[in-house]
Amino acid sequence: MMEPLVEVRGLTIEFPMRAGLLRAVDEADFVIPKGQITALVGESGSGKSTMASAIMRAISVPGRVSGGSITFDGRDVMSLSKKELQAYKWEQVSMVFQAAQNALNPVVRIKEQIIETFRAHSKSYTEKQMVDKARNLFDYVRLDPDRVLNSFPHELSGGMKQRVMIAFSLLLDPQLVILDEPTTALDVITQAYIFDILKKIHKDMNITMLLLTHDIGVVAKAADRVGVMYAGNVVEAGDVYDMFKRPKHPYTAKLMKAVPSLYEDVSERKGIPGSPPDLLNMPPGCPFHPRCEYAHAKCKEQNPVKVYTPAGHEVACHLYPNPESVAEVRTS
Amino acid sequence: MNARNIEFEAEPRQRLREAARTENSEVLMRLDNVSMYFERSQGMFGPPQKVGAVVDVSLDIHPGEIIALVGESGCGKTTLGSIITGLQKPTSGKVLYKGQEVTKLSGEKANQFRGDVQLVQQDSYAALNPMRTIYQSLSAPILQRKIVRGRKAARARVVELLQTVGLTPPERFLDKYPHQLSGGQRQRILMARAISLNPKIIVADEPVSMIDVSLRISILNLMAELNRKMDIAIIYITHDLATARYIAGRGRMAVMYLGRVMELGGVNDVLSQPKHPYLQALLSAVPTPDPEIAKAMSDLPLRSLEMPNAAKPPSGCRFHPRCPMATDRCSSEEPQLRSVGSEQTACHYAEEAHELWQRKMADIGAIKSV
Repeated sequence: MMEPLVEVRGLTIEFPMRAGLLRAVDEADFVIPKGQITALVGESGSGKSTMASAIMRAISVPGRVSGGSITFDGRDVMSLSKKELQAYKWEQVSMVFQAAQNALNPVVRIKEQIIETFRAHSKSYTEKQMVDKARNLFDYVRLDPDRVLNSFPHELSGGMKQRVMIAFSLLLDPQLVILDEPTTALDVITQAYIFDILKKIHKDMNITMLLLTHDIGVVAKAADRVGVMYAGNVVEAGDVYDMFKRPKHPYTAKLMKAVPSLYEDVSERKGIPGSPPDLLNMPPGCPFHPRCEYAHAKCKEQNPVKVYTPAGHEVACHLYPNPESVAEVRTS
Repeated sequence: MNARNIEFEAEPRQRLREAARTENSEVLMRLDNVSMYFERSQGMFGPPQKVGAVVDVSLDIHPGEIIALVGESGCGKTTLGSIITGLQKPTSGKVLYKGQEVTKLSGEKANQFRGDVQLVQQDSYAALNPMRTIYQSLSAPILQRKIVRGRKAARARVVELLQTVGLTPPERFLDKYPHQLSGGQRQRILMARAISLNPKIIVADEPVSMIDVSLRISILNLMAELNRKMDIAIIYITHDLATARYIAGRGRMAVMYLGRVMELGGVNDVLSQPKHPYLQALLSAVPTPDPEIAKAMSDLPLRSLEMPNAAKPPSGCRFHPRCPMATDRCSSEEPQLRSVGSEQTACHYAEEAHELWQRKMADIGAIKSV
């Protein structure tokens, strides 16, 4: 197991709503190893974005962290002071948001936005240094720096804006970059291109990345390690090859089979019956049991406890009562 | 030819049926050199600029077949879909429905055409009236077209439709409003509305792109089932090659780029034996849910990422500025669709490109099932 950069333990995030208390993240455990690309997959509402926001200490009101801890490089993120927090955000952890076009200010040129970002964090750079650094980064994401620096966001295509946002996230040399569905609105060719760039950045600058996505294909392409979220819980996590070849949790196995591939036999693909649970009205026991073909009496009563193997695989399911059972091949 | 014979043996009945369908059966709809140009204003003084959304597309649609129209955003697939449904009148070329030109249909015949060709949109929330219950939305068209008479019969028919699209028990959905349903359920409502008029063709424009991954397959299965049981031809418009392969496995696929069809053929032939360098780049870019293949497919066979401006398409072959194989010939002479192997391709160097692709795939060792 590699050295962890971020450790999330028993994290619970609640949103008080008129209809009741909504637990978007429910006692989740998750580790982001240093120097790797970790992907977090899950359907909409599974809590992956909420958990990522918590890692950045950016949960929006009325949400609140009601339990658990987050440590970043050994420091407790939840107890950072306001001043420490300012240095933590963007200098330690930065984020590329899902809709890049909405993340840029539409009436300010890219150059001004870069200078503004620098100024908010450090007084020691001269304007030339700032622009030079931005130029380097734009070269890196294969954008023409002269054109982009003097452009307004609307003058750039979706793929270009997304690359501008990636350059932005790297401005202050963070240790961790969180990518929230970075390519969802983009075409496949642009998407492939952006992942090539991200992988190069990851390799050259040794930046740890957390990739949030619902696209299994993207996970297979980009990630070293995968966590699967369902109804606010990380139900399984492990090495990417392991997870695809030998998924343990029934939800993971189903999710992998729910996506049509260009290469495999199409007749094996099946949807997952039912739909994700209503977070305001959660089923008792394991939240996946109403959709699970292996569900038995215990699943309806008790939420399974997660087990960890020495090889770094973790799974929360009653089919695996201990780490040894995870190594065994399930026969049914 | 050899390759075809081998496949023929592998799936003789299927192939025979396909052959009979394409050669003997009548054509339901024929697109004959259809082009659609939009005018874009150039400010107050300049003349409007012409943007070719669909350029010179010919396509025959046979009863009961599935055709996947694939391509990136801006390639013209949605415009082509709206020409098929008669929502857009092409700038040039002819659209023939059962041998008659669609734009010249009038009265009863035009009405019949509008019932026979149905559209299923991408955004199921926007496609349903938020102020009407599911029953109201589904009963209005069948009452208006006198497919059923009277409220009782309408109600029975709506219940039947809901059952057909897998919304059970139907009574639970009748009095709901669109916002009370999930995306997958709303998409099923759209399917129910589309089949309620007993159409011959359904144009489905990205029907699953807004639905959760775990529910997509079931919507695709539903469409395939409607196609099989009711013999409705389906035009499946998508940017997702994998779902296109899934639903149109035995049908055909047309790959579009900047308004033109670049490759046309049986889905499995198109995807396993891609000839056009654009299609090859597209295939390399699709993320495959298998880490070994996905990680091996890292470099994109493309010279440039930027899509050219559709208002000023490149000279010669539209793809040449991005094509790794382009020569001088490509920048001067526009390739036409021609038969290469069992498909049609618009590339001067289709044979060479195909050979390169096969070598690449052999390296990756990914020619598994196809």
